Amino acid sequence: MSTLLKPKPGIPVRGARAEGPSAWMVVPALVFFLTFAVIPLLGVVFLSFTRWNGLGEITWGGLESWRIALTDSVTLNALVVTLKILVYSLLVQVPVSLLLGVFTAGRQRYRALLAVLYFVPLLLSSAAVAIAFRALLDPNFGVGPGLHLPALAQDWLGNPDLVLFVVVFVIAWQFVPLHTLIYQGGVRQIPASFYEAAQIDGAGRMQQFFHITLPQLKYTIITSSTLMVLGSLAYFDLIFVLTAGGPGYATRLLPLHMYLTGFRANDMGAASALGVILVVIGLGLALILQRLGGRNRGASQLEGS
Amino acid sequence: MQRRTSFIAAASALTMAVGLAACGSGGPSDPAADSDSPSMWALTGSSEDIFRSSVERWNEENPDNSINQEFFANDAYKTKVRTAIGAGEGPTFIYGWGGGVLKSYIDAGHVTELDEFLADNPEVKDRYIPSVLENGVIDGKTYALPNNNMQPVVLYYNKEVFEKIGAEPPKTWEELMALVPEFNEAGIAPFALAGQSKWPNLMWLSYLVDRIGGPEVFQAILDGEEDAWSDPAVIEALTKIQELADAGGFINGFSSIAADAGADSALLYTDKAAMMLHGGWIYQNLKKDAPEFVEAGDVGFVSFPAVEGGAGDPANIVGNPANMWSISETASDEQKESALNYLKDGLFSEEYTQAMIDSGAVPAVNGIEDQLAASEDKDFVQFVYGLAQDAPSFQLSWDQALSPAQGDAMLANLDQIFLGEITPEQFAENMNATLGK
Repeated sequence: MSTLLKPKPGIPVRGARAEGPSAWMVVPALVFFLTFAVIPLLGVVFLSFTRWNGLGEITWGGLESWRIALTDSVTLNALVVTLKILVYSLLVQVPVSLLLGVFTAGRQRYRALLAVLYFVPLLLSSAAVAIAFRALLDPNFGVGPGLHLPALAQDWLGNPDLVLFVVVFVIAWQFVPLHTLIYQGGVRQIPASFYEAAQIDGAGRMQQFFHITLPQLKYTIITSSTLMVLGSLAYFDLIFVLTAGGPGYATRLLPLHMYLTGFRANDMGAASALGVILVVIGLGLALILQRLGGRNRGASQLEGS
Repeated sequence: MQRRTSFIAAASALTMAVGLAACGSGGPSDPAADSDSPSMWALTGSSEDIFRSSVERWNEENPDNSINQEFFANDAYKTKVRTAIGAGEGPTFIYGWGGGVLKSYIDAGHVTELDEFLADNPEVKDRYIPSVLENGVIDGKTYALPNNNMQPVVLYYNKEVFEKIGAEPPKTWEELMALVPEFNEAGIAPFALAGQSKWPNLMWLSYLVDRIGGPEVFQAILDGEEDAWSDPAVIEALTKIQELADAGGFINGFSSIAADAGADSALLYTDKAAMMLHGGWIYQNLKKDAPEFVEAGDVGFVSFPAVEGGAGDPANIVGNPANMWSISETASDEQKESALNYLKDGLFSEEYTQAMIDSGAVPAVNGIEDQLAASEDKDFVQFVYGLAQDAPSFQLSWDQALSPAQGDAMLANLDQIFLGEITPEQFAENMNATLGK
């Protein structure tokens, strides 16, 4: 970035400041970040050391809320559920959106049309998606009994063994289009000369995919996976409307557990402690994913372009 | 730079997720439009039309005292109103159930005491059935007034499917269990249940505990006595629930059915389920959603069966004595005054009471025997009125009677009982840990 703004020869340089844009330009972003991210976060950290039922006085509770949040078996279960949804979502969404992205990156007419259809779920809000699926999956009035297809008349949202996969499916249905779009952009950035050279060398379609497309998409994969991982830590609306965390605790993942602890059980202290745990896990995962990108992440991978 | 940006992006994304909690408090209420007029939050469903037409009539007749009314679905309302009250942005009229939830508002100083108002206007107090009015009294002071009908939980059944297999509605728990295989063989689910909403499950537990051990068992829990949940009556009731679930008593997929959507009563009137244990408001809903089913006289109702050898009186009922209006303490003086005027002259006016009876409900007021007898739903309204009159005990729904923390844990644990994921002993252990919270 700084290379672009190097002072042109002949213009006098006033000190080191002129090397890049003024540091003051970060102020608006910083103010927003402080107001909407750091200060609420500090508030949550503070609340996690108090006892508060959401109505009366806030009293100092020391580590009581942390003890409640950490020793509760439901919290452990929520962590496991979150982890499962995170891993399953990655396993389902990365390959599907990668392949769809490569497919829709082609310039054929019909592909453009299909791509438009693929992206329709992006237009729908999570609550609408959840309500629609809840109606479709109803074991007595849903699509299975409606079309007299017994195979589809499972107790999709009420069977603890099935419900997690249904949730992963609905999440994928909603978010695959977004990631397809990211991959489509990534694929279109790969210079055609790579493929031309490969064709001259006699490489087949599969070889081109595994030796050119996939390696070239490395950073796209990291970007998209980061969004997926952090997104799965924030899944709330969809699951809240779809299953409300049930049956039992089968889909009560961490953000939902936090919400229900805070607003159903009215224990704001424990809910804040869970919120802090969520932030720590999220930051940790984000850092790990950034590390995966390697140290020279800023360097261009598109040699020759 | 690159790394720090993503770090910050990640951090802000997460804090937003955490901050999402805070977003709940805003809501569509628009008190700024006319800050002097009181706001009212009511529930959609059974009594919605009555609340609406009452306020519309009131606003027409009292343009200076007009009320801003909004409606919410039950499950969403319970969360929303508490958050709003905690943030000082609650409505002037707070719709409630009494019990532990009301007490938590009172403890935090958010609800106005109504004793002075009742002393000045004795006719308001006199119009209510005393046992129902009692539900709005906490520590000897009145904080809430009934605003709708008595809602004991009753056992609804579909007469047509009962005739089809030649069965009679159950009078005892044994008869009830004997009906289960009969209906299953006929391809009809014995019971509809909205398990996803969780609170319909509670009706089974509260009735069974009352029938087996009497109202004293829950009173001990309410008083926070040590190990109160381990009472043999609770364990036996939970065991009976699991026996019923294992025998296929509840409809396939009950744990994914939500009550707010009305899918449970739909099962009853589409002949997919034979019976449903539910609140008194379901009759009103059926009249609205399936008028031909009610007009054909297919809807049957009996009280919850007796349990052999149980200590509880089979005439006891559980449910909601009535819903109530409380007045917010944080409302302005003008708002409070208008609100009290409405409680005095708008609530349970002649039209109000008649509209409620016409909708198939029994208002919680005195001197309506003649109107009930003249009602087109006289079988049902007289049945409910009789139940409420004769009941030695009318137990408020447990999730409302207990504190919110206990109520929430109870519903989650009960859900697992219905799914067979925990044993009655584990339930008792989990719940004993919440006593006094």
